[in-house]
Amino acid sequence: MIEGKVWKYGDDVNTDVIFAGKYTYKPMTPAEMAEHAFEDLDPTFAKGVRPGDIIVAGANFGCGSSREQAATCVKASGVAAVIAVSFSRIFFRNAINEGLPVVELASGTSMIAKNDTVKIDFDRGVVTHKGKEYRFPALPKEVLAILNDGGLIPHVKKALATTKS
Amino acid sequence: MGQTFAQKVLAKKAGLPRVDVGQIVDVEPDVCLSHDNTAAIAKTFAKIGVERVKNPERFVIVLDHTVPASTEEYAKGHKEIREFVAKQKIEAFYDVGVGVCHQVLPEMGFALPGRLIVGSDSHTTAYGALGAFSAGVGRSEMAALYATSRIWLKTPASFKVDVRGKLKDSVTSKDLVLKIIGDIGADGALYKSVEYAGEAIEAMSVASRLVLCNMAIEMGAKNGYCAPDKKTFAFLEPRAQTTYTPVYPDPDAEYEKVLAYDAAKLGPQVAKPHTVDNVVPVEDVEGTKIDQALLGTCTNGRLEDLHAAARYLEGKKLAKGVRMIVLPASREILLDALREGLVDIFLRAGAMLLNPGCGPCLGAHEGVLAAGEVCISTANRNFQGRMGSSEASTYLASPATVAASAVAGVITDPRKAVRGGGA
Repeated sequence: MIEGKVWKYGDDVNTDVIFAGKYTYKPMTPAEMAEHAFEDLDPTFAKGVRPGDIIVAGANFGCGSSREQAATCVKASGVAAVIAVSFSRIFFRNAINEGLPVVELASGTSMIAKNDTVKIDFDRGVVTHKGKEYRFPALPKEVLAILNDGGLIPHVKKALATTKS
Repeated sequence: MGQTFAQKVLAKKAGLPRVDVGQIVDVEPDVCLSHDNTAAIAKTFAKIGVERVKNPERFVIVLDHTVPASTEEYAKGHKEIREFVAKQKIEAFYDVGVGVCHQVLPEMGFALPGRLIVGSDSHTTAYGALGAFSAGVGRSEMAALYATSRIWLKTPASFKVDVRGKLKDSVTSKDLVLKIIGDIGADGALYKSVEYAGEAIEAMSVASRLVLCNMAIEMGAKNGYCAPDKKTFAFLEPRAQTTYTPVYPDPDAEYEKVLAYDAAKLGPQVAKPHTVDNVVPVEDVEGTKIDQALLGTCTNGRLEDLHAAARYLEGKKLAKGVRMIVLPASREILLDALREGLVDIFLRAGAMLLNPGCGPCLGAHEGVLAAGEVCISTANRNFQGRMGSSEASTYLASPATVAASAVAGVITDPRKAVRGGGA
């Protein structure tokens, strides 16, 4: 269960505005990536974001390039989860693989505004906002296993260790 | 009930008689692609703690995104990749100058009908043009593939785009795919497998089909597909790395949606800034002043695209104040363009020729835009800030529209433009 303050964005937030192309082949630590998060969409984000904040967006969040830094920079900025009406499939995979929880709230997110507080109950599959509950489908077990291991790399390490022993 | 292309390929790869939409399969891709991002992937792979890449023969690495290196940092990344492929015995390595990965894989015969291909690049969808199931993945996933050769994929629902009729002169597969993206939106085919079919698709060259599948990701699709036919087989005949078995959807396959288009009714289309689905007929933006024209990239940097542009540039000069960049998709294409006199036409018109690669498409180098500048481009994305300044604007169009506009200095309907000698 997590609870956090909302950063609100619209539909089709693409990976170029989350993490610009000009940075994609520069070696950076996740913390350095976080300094450029949402630079071309919301210059106030990188400075204002606090650990545990939650991003809420419209449809097709993370569309465009496959760059994983779009998920890494969000995770490294301390964001606890991203809620969106839908996600682009590569961003969705990258987020899981980086250990960043993603919640698909297909019923809509228009009632949620910036600086609101939302609560996410992953076990029950419920987002709570202003006392009202909104259901979301649980992630498939294969996907949940990756998220629960903290991302794909720890997950693969664990799986390989199990096969060896 | 029959199965779609996506169901049939994934069932075959999973060793199952059939798979249902939504079913997750654990599969071994036949080909895995990465590019300049291999430097970062190799570092992630090292964290897994596995010494050797499992099945190095399944990996193809193409340096294309910032080539040749424009900074010391990029040069260091390329050097690390060269050391990595040598150590890991990855033979399918194409160093700077060979071309953009999405042209190199088809050219070198890795993109084959019925194959399962994943790539750590979103435009990996392109290889569906040759009948492969190909989808983009992330960097961590590529590192995990080095270690395990396996990946999970969810069986997508499918759309069928049925295009009857014949495309008019000056109207291309780029105009068609922009029209579709404009109609259904950037998430219109989210998570879906998009099968292109019909008379207009059958009439298209492999190069034109690559445009359709390259841009399937711009409607959110997981993959695109064109049924392999005589043209596909002829293209692959001197190239295919292995034998292959084409996979076709069953005639009674179930589609979530069927979109019908009449090619004969289609005119040139333009995607306005800053999203690919912000599409209008070219007439709506005619007269918009441009500073730069970009012809090329993995979307429209093939020989037929260069020919289409040359028709408008032969014997002409670029409009005053307009810069034009020509970026062939591969060395093979550049050699053909030289042989056929196209480079001569471009340079005499005042255009610049760049080495094959991704160039300024992603704003990393070689022709980025300043604040307030406008570019018309044959590339596949026009997101804010992508080609340089976040205050620059990019319009996307076909090679014909881009070339006609470069000569006029403003966005121009290629049907109204005066052509040169006809290269």
